[in-house]
Amino acid sequence: MTKKYLPRVAVLSVAMALAAPAMAKDLTVISFGGANKDAQVAAYYQTFEKATGHKITAGDYNGEMAKIKAMVDTKKVSWDLVEVESPELLRGCEEGMFEKINWAKVGNKADFVKPAVTECGVGMFVWSTAMAYNADKLKVAPKSWADFWDVKKFPGKRGLRKGAKYTLEFAIQADGVKPADVYKVLSTKAGVDRAFKKLDQLKPNIQWWEAGAQPPQFLASGDVVMSSAYNGRIDTAQKEGKNLKVVWAGSVYDVDSWAIPKGSPKLKEAMEFIAHASKPEYQAIYSSKIAYGPTNTKAVQKVDPKSATNLPTWPANLRSALPLDVNFWVENGEELEERFNAWAAR
Amino acid sequence: MNAPLTAADGESLKVKLARERRNKQLKAIALVAPLALFLLLTFLVPIAMLLKRSVDNPEVITYLPQTSAEIASWDRRGLPSEAVFAAMARDLTVAKEQKTVSEISKRLNMDISGFRSLIQRSARKMPLEVAAGESVRDQFIAMDERWGDPDHWHVIAKNAKSWTPYYLYSSLDLRETKAGTPELAPEEERAFLSIFGRTLWMSMWITLISVLLGYPIAYWLANLPARKSNLLMILVLLPFWTSVLVRVASWIVLLQQEGLINSALMGLGIIGEPLQLAFNRTGVYIAMVHILLPFVILPAYSVMKSIPPTYMRAAISLGDHPFAAFWKIYFPQTVAGVAAGALLVFIMCMGYYITPALLGGPQEQMVSYYVAFYTNVTINWGMAAALGSLLLVATMTLYAVYSKLVGANKLSLG
Amino acid sequence: MLPNYASPIERIWFWTFRILCVSVLIFLVSPLLVIIPLSFSDNTFLLYPIENFSLRWYQEFFGNEVWLNSLKNSFIVAPAATLLAMVLGSLAAVGLSSSNFPGKALLMSILISPMVVPVVIVGVGSYLFFAPLGLTNSYLGLILVHTALGVPFVVITVSATLGNFNVNLIKASANLGANPLTTYRRIVFPLIAPGVISGGLFAFATSFDEVVVTLFLAGPEQSTLPRQMFGGIKENISPAIAAAATVLILFSIALLLTLEWLRGRAEKMRTAVEH
Repeated sequence: MTKKYLPRVAVLSVAMALAAPAMAKDLTVISFGGANKDAQVAAYYQTFEKATGHKITAGDYNGEMAKIKAMVDTKKVSWDLVEVESPELLRGCEEGMFEKINWAKVGNKADFVKPAVTECGVGMFVWSTAMAYNADKLKVAPKSWADFWDVKKFPGKRGLRKGAKYTLEFAIQADGVKPADVYKVLSTKAGVDRAFKKLDQLKPNIQWWEAGAQPPQFLASGDVVMSSAYNGRIDTAQKEGKNLKVVWAGSVYDVDSWAIPKGSPKLKEAMEFIAHASKPEYQAIYSSKIAYGPTNTKAVQKVDPKSATNLPTWPANLRSALPLDVNFWVENGEELEERFNAWAAR
Repeated sequence: MNAPLTAADGESLKVKLARERRNKQLKAIALVAPLALFLLLTFLVPIAMLLKRSVDNPEVITYLPQTSAEIASWDRRGLPSEAVFAAMARDLTVAKEQKTVSEISKRLNMDISGFRSLIQRSARKMPLEVAAGESVRDQFIAMDERWGDPDHWHVIAKNAKSWTPYYLYSSLDLRETKAGTPELAPEEERAFLSIFGRTLWMSMWITLISVLLGYPIAYWLANLPARKSNLLMILVLLPFWTSVLVRVASWIVLLQQEGLINSALMGLGIIGEPLQLAFNRTGVYIAMVHILLPFVILPAYSVMKSIPPTYMRAAISLGDHPFAAFWKIYFPQTVAGVAAGALLVFIMCMGYYITPALLGGPQEQMVSYYVAFYTNVTINWGMAAALGSLLLVATMTLYAVYSKLVGANKLSLG
Repeated sequence: MLPNYASPIERIWFWTFRILCVSVLIFLVSPLLVIIPLSFSDNTFLLYPIENFSLRWYQEFFGNEVWLNSLKNSFIVAPAATLLAMVLGSLAAVGLSSSNFPGKALLMSILISPMVVPVVIVGVGSYLFFAPLGLTNSYLGLILVHTALGVPFVVITVSATLGNFNVNLIKASANLGANPLTTYRRIVFPLIAPGVISGGLFAFATSFDEVVVTLFLAGPEQSTLPRQMFGGIKENISPAIAAAATVLILFSIALLLTLEWLRGRAEKMRTAVEH
């Protein structure tokens, strides 16, 4: 679309030749950074380099689709693999931003949990965004999102992700909606208004975070007493000796997937990488480094039992959790994010 | 005799001088040209294209061409004619083949949310099989009753032209009525007027604090013996030359909940609870003043250096109180220089992004943040362009004032 | 200094003024002093007090491919942008000060404008414009925009140097039989050199500290040191950032000293020429 109304400037086409993809390229893999990336490096990148001899350039981003869109629109794709969340995957797939997955090369679809199998992506892990708190600072354990909103019983600041996604789900649950009804309520204008009204109550006590690594830092430094957080990051902080706890009730879970930006010059190697990273043995390494559940069901037995109870996929943890409604967010995401931004800025 | 002056070769001196001057001018222009051309291509054209994007509206007219043509003759009452529906069916069929459905649905979804799925779902059912005598309109409405809602068609009709005031209106918390006139958006959707206001408000405070702190320092340094002032000047110049990111990182260390300042204050028993200093407005003000203070001190210092100390001494020896002498003699001579520095600081403040992004909460983000937000997060480039254009207009107006008052070439670099 | 016949009010004023000035100076340098010791801490969080000292974060910095790569990228982009800015900027400044032509003031304003245009606008504009040309995720795109951001400094400093320039020197040189090229090489260049170099230092510092345009234009292969720090501050503030910061502070001290030395030299040359 962009190329249609961005006329090319002849003078710069010389420059273009100069800029043409520098050097014989490695496989460029972009994922969400921090502890997640560290685990990916150990479980996938290093083992892949060893197994195939292909070098990997690892980068990170915060899930901005703009760069991928610009690359695909202009057919100058320099990212070969990206980690994407489900709504972005579905939307990007519809918009033709990602290559179709050749599942015959990846493995048996039946081995994977259902949301991991899509047209343009292969699920890499199941994550959960849940409530976490610092057990050294809170004497009484909070149990639900209603407790999270209760500033009398639990005085102090709360961390929430600066965005509508998950935040609205949490707010509406705090207002008494059962996990199963969350998206039914949020599908109506009145439901969204209700969630924002609930957020209004907590607003003066919220400290927003944007990157997944921030909540454990905020909790550890005492900046907040409770926070929504990706469970894996909390687990990593626990391993570093911080007394942080996860409350699974009302948590939202989903998969993150590997996707290949359309037009990647390293399509073959990228597919090889996905196949490699979907093998149970490597997924098990990943899940033992960071507490995200494997998507390959065969990997589950290989994770040591002690870590397994911390995974979002552990049955007890799933009981009162709700799966992210991908279609809801594809449909309403932009409008809600923009409304959220307007609300947060006030 | 009244012959014109001539040069040795008999040519008129006037002509020769004029030619000489023209040659000189051409040479000067030739020297400036490479940079002018370079900036044109790497800087001015990209920004001009960005400005254009703020009114650009190619989606509907490009990807629903037949519908756009047909809907022009719609009288905007009731539902459009059968021909419009038929054109829509043909357009969607083509769009489905060429995978441009998402371009259309994304654009229309901005005006009415839910339009995305309406377009996506309908496109999936294309091509329509219409038996002879059957109405395409009825089929569309049977497919999804929203096609029977005139509002959806108003949106299509509104966007069936190559430009739109939509993004600029939205950036000013306005929206277009059906009649095409702007009106204020409902309160819960308003945001940008207050963000523009906040950008100016915060810039004003930061500038004011910087001037209040910078002026005395500059005065002090300008009136110290050279050896001493050179030494102290290092303390101003060193932070000036240090990476902004280094300074922001340090301020986080100093200001966070368990940071140095809070621990020190609590250790001294001055406060019982840690103060919230980072990730709010206080933090942004502190760090921004720190970054911009040298931009006030340095030009003020050079102005003050050029004021002969004898003026003040003369006034005092003529019986003026030192304060009065300062106020009457010294201060007026520094106003222009300091004001120029302050205006520059204000202009720089308005476009700031990094410091509020790293040290502020959502209530501290200025316009720049939203330009980046719309570019990266929601990929709404029209909106990013519109906000950017307004910010640019504000900045350039002030810059024009600055150039007029001070002259761009007089920008001081310490 | 304070004369001993000063009144009490003057005394109080004198000391409050002093204290105010000193505290502002402390305010200016304290962030730099605070971060350096933390880089030698062995704690994983950027917190005082430091219990044990170690060089582990320097090992992290100099042993980590990502940090090293970003350092390398900064040293590719900044010098290239500086060189380009010095050449284009000096030529333009010489042109601007050698003659008057219509629209000169406006042209000057435009050439300086990259300094004041909000950098996010430059970032988004160049990103959307460069993407179809294949200049995003490339060194060249980054160098071009960094040059544009740095060039005003060169134009300003060289113009300022030329403002002090005695035109009679050129005439004298010509009268003594030197051709224009020789005049330029022997007379003009040595005189404007300090301006060119100090403008270059500003341009270098601009590029070396630039984050926003880099955020938009650079891919992970071109990530620069400040871009890496920006990510680090957002993601996880570890003392590796303090180590990177210390490296950058040392670097800015070097830049500052060079600039001061140049200024001293220029001063000497000017007085030598005039007397």
